Amino acid sequence: MVLLFNVSNGLIVGLFYGLMALGLALILMLNNVVNFAHGGFMTLGAYIAYTIEQRFGFWAGLVVGPFAVGGLGLLGERWLIRPMYKRPGHLYTLLLTFGFALILEDVSRSIWGAQGVPFAIPDLLNSPLSDTYFFITGYNVFVVFITGIAAGALFALLRFTNIGIRIRAGMTDLETVSALGVNIYGLRALNFGVGLFLAGLAGVLAAGRLGLDPTMGQSLVLPAFVAIIVGGLGSLPGAILGGLLIGVAAGITSTYWAAASDAVIYVIMGIVLIVMPRGLLGEEGIGE
Amino acid sequence: MTTTLEPRDAVTRRGIMRAGAALGIGTLAAPYVIGQARAADIVKIGFVDPFTGPYAAYAHNEQLGANMAVDALNAKNGILGRKIEMIVEDTQANVGVGVEKTNKLLDRDNCDFIVGTVSSNVSQAVAQVCAQKKKLCMITGGHVDDITGTHCSWNVFRVCNTTYTVALATAATLVKKFGKRWYFVVADYSFGHALHDNMLAALKSLGGEEVGVSLKPLGTTDYSSELIKAKAANPQVVGCLVGGDDELNLLKQANQFGLSKQIPFVVPLSELETIAALPPAAQAGFWNLEWYWDQPDVPHVADFVKEAQKREPNKVPTARTMFGYVGIHALALAAEKAKTLDNLKVGDALSGLELPPEVALQPGKHYFDPATHQYVGGDFTGEIKAGATYPKLMSDVTYQYATALQAPGVVCKMTTA
Amino acid sequence: MSGPVARTAILREPAPSAITAGIALFNRHRVSVVIWLLLLTAPVWLPLVGSYIQLGSQVLVFALTAMALNILVGYTGYISFGEAAYFGLGAYGTGLFLKFVAPMTLPAVLAGVALGGAAACLIGPLIMRRRGVYFAMTTIAFSQLFYFIAEHWNELTGGEDGLAGFQRHAIDFGIATLPLHDADFYYFVLFFFALTAGIIAMLLRSPLGHTWLSIRENARRARYLGLRTDWYVWAAFAIAGTLAALGGSMEALLNNFTSPQDLYFIVSGNFVIMVVLGGMGTFWGPLVGAAIFITAQDYLSSMTLNWESFVGVLFVVVVLAFPRGILGLRRNGRNGTKRGQSGRDQRVRA
Repeated sequence: MVLLFNVSNGLIVGLFYGLMALGLALILMLNNVVNFAHGGFMTLGAYIAYTIEQRFGFWAGLVVGPFAVGGLGLLGERWLIRPMYKRPGHLYTLLLTFGFALILEDVSRSIWGAQGVPFAIPDLLNSPLSDTYFFITGYNVFVVFITGIAAGALFALLRFTNIGIRIRAGMTDLETVSALGVNIYGLRALNFGVGLFLAGLAGVLAAGRLGLDPTMGQSLVLPAFVAIIVGGLGSLPGAILGGLLIGVAAGITSTYWAAASDAVIYVIMGIVLIVMPRGLLGEEGIGE
Repeated sequence: MTTTLEPRDAVTRRGIMRAGAALGIGTLAAPYVIGQARAADIVKIGFVDPFTGPYAAYAHNEQLGANMAVDALNAKNGILGRKIEMIVEDTQANVGVGVEKTNKLLDRDNCDFIVGTVSSNVSQAVAQVCAQKKKLCMITGGHVDDITGTHCSWNVFRVCNTTYTVALATAATLVKKFGKRWYFVVADYSFGHALHDNMLAALKSLGGEEVGVSLKPLGTTDYSSELIKAKAANPQVVGCLVGGDDELNLLKQANQFGLSKQIPFVVPLSELETIAALPPAAQAGFWNLEWYWDQPDVPHVADFVKEAQKREPNKVPTARTMFGYVGIHALALAAEKAKTLDNLKVGDALSGLELPPEVALQPGKHYFDPATHQYVGGDFTGEIKAGATYPKLMSDVTYQYATALQAPGVVCKMTTA
Repeated sequence: MSGPVARTAILREPAPSAITAGIALFNRHRVSVVIWLLLLTAPVWLPLVGSYIQLGSQVLVFALTAMALNILVGYTGYISFGEAAYFGLGAYGTGLFLKFVAPMTLPAVLAGVALGGAAACLIGPLIMRRRGVYFAMTTIAFSQLFYFIAEHWNELTGGEDGLAGFQRHAIDFGIATLPLHDADFYYFVLFFFALTAGIIAMLLRSPLGHTWLSIRENARRARYLGLRTDWYVWAAFAIAGTLAALGGSMEALLNNFTSPQDLYFIVSGNFVIMVVLGGMGTFWGPLVGAAIFITAQDYLSSMTLNWESFVGVLFVVVVLAFPRGILGLRRNGRNGTKRGQSGRDQRVRA
């Protein structure tokens, strides 16, 4: 029973990792940027939603938070990331986003305070659906639902729309796509915005469950890295799968050996790298 | 790898760099130089507290209290006729940073005393640094017993209660009210460990039992797997031995899972800052604070509250405000008594020093126990009834004077410099 | 490609004569001479400019580690964002030895280096085949493994409370005793700093060092030449990790304390920015970067609670305005007129 609860709890936690990893992987694959500031943007999205919520209620916050962060992503890409594309290697975008992670955390702290703030969720969602399976709260079901819609919409976008096809093509061979007359600057900016939209969404959803404080994102961004590595470099479904896998693994571990539940996801990463160096769904030659 | 950096004008950039370097060195050296010039006629107090991190709200109030004391003293005669300067550093509730900042305050700023800390592990580490550098250190808010127990030291004094005192003040009432089968959720560092040991011992002596325990690091945001385990263990009470934002998150999630309706979640050592931040539904219940602002029969308390509200309207001072206030005043009183800033002599003067009622701000005789250097404080336990609003939250407050400071059998061998 | 570069290199060489050669020799080592003089006299001049000796020791500790990281970042072209792990393991190794094994300082340093070095050697094979951003991601992720072990293994490491209850002990050389107080501890650290600098200088002149450079310039070409680049990357990672552990060991002795914070990934990021700020792939760059970073942090964190923003802005400013770092600029200025021909040199420095 405890195991069952912990597995389903791990699934929820894994969904957050997966949602973060999905945005990260999207940005990584087309923009070639490891976005260290992903956690910072996630927290920012949650805080914006919190501010909107005070006035207009939860649902407005849920919509505005992710879009605000996505919009910031468009601007940030244009003014800070784009000048970096012509620099060789990845170091500068790494440092830039690392610096931004620090700034965002501090800005959130300056605006909303160092102490956590209560992010309220509607009473409708704020109770368990069953007394025995108390773990299945309305909010958890809601999180699964929203995450499913977001991921489904993203995959539909990539598969069926022109923009999506161009993004996917750009991930494979950006130069050719550019030569074919596609505005890759616009494409990359848009992609960055979409990636951050997912971060903002993860932030709002997580804030309803966890405490909302300035460091919330920091604790989720590194597991999202692991999710990408485990799921496989260059694979978007892999990112979600990796997130779910490490979430569940941490859940199972916490049943038997709680102290190891933080470390276990990194052990899993080590094992995956030994057994299948490309990750579960990774493509050949990426990152090697 | 076919792109290159765009060449830029080397002369301009070099010029900028030189100017920047000169400016940088100038600004970096300036504070040190100024600091040294003024050092002779002031008393420097290094104040270390976690202004960022899960205990930020507590740190804020400790600084408020300390500032009130410093301003009050400076308005009169300072300490020994010298003005007090407080140099404030942020420990981020992190031991490593706390050690670093304390070293800095002692090595660079040559502080005369160190005051502060909230989390117990930082208190322990700061106390150790001070002992190595032979400086007096006034721990305002880390509750772990050994600071004034097995690891007591000539240079370490503490204002807040020991976890033993807290457990003694609450366990019997809680067991009588809620039951004997307990599950504990414990902050996984020295404070949580110490409070857990003491609560467990008290529980056992009352015939109770522990059905399970979860340890979680400071700054945990997700308590869902602990709640699952707690529920599975089927306790009568869940004892929350965590503080700050952790306490908020735990109680919030317990509420979301509907668990707090089935099992009482109790917090033996709570703080008004945290209670005030809880949603009203979670505020109702039994609470224990180390100081409460509403003491109509005790002189000077109302003045203190009024003074605090001059600085922060619409808020009331808390136990943390009192800790900071008492810490600074106690050092000043001892230095005046010893007529020197020499740390050894001030330490001697502090040992056994009784604080006047306008500083102590609670009923009874309050002094630093000469055997352990532990301040003899008290506990305010009471109930928050549904519908109570901040700041008038608690009703039926009972005051328990701290009679026992350390668990029986704990030996303090006071070290000497 | 290599033809024109080689030719300009010959043209740049001054005409050989004993005097010009002597001047050239001094010129070439001018910076090093000045730096060593400054380091050796630091306990004298630091208090005069209003600073303090412990800050000097702190700068050396971080400079030592940043120099080690420079092997990877600056000379091999691999960006490790996980160096704090080996730094922290070095600190724990030293602390644990002093606390539980024996109160002897030098063996404790060895224990720290061994622990951190062993971890770097073991993790190396798992990450040496990763390239670019994936290398950075994997190093940072593995560093978190050690962080969580340090945080949760309460019985051994003290968990979140950190490892206390040890201190550095005077070293008895038989004829004399080194008490390791403030100033002589500075020289103790300086000795290990010099050792590290010597080792790195030697390595860079060795075939191994040349292979690292060739991997940085063009890893694919190096592979086509039949070099097993993976293992050279492994060697760089292992050596950098071992030396970083030496830095961590010094840190533990400096504070007589260590905590999981020393292994945190933010610290790794700080090491990288020190290297980049000073100048990647320049020998003294990490020292300059560490000196500026540590002094700025020491000052800023007392002035404002928003010091984290300042550090973040420092990252952004370095990336936007000083991508080659401060010593990289100096090199640039000197070769300013020849930039046209030495374009390739520019690129690899960047």
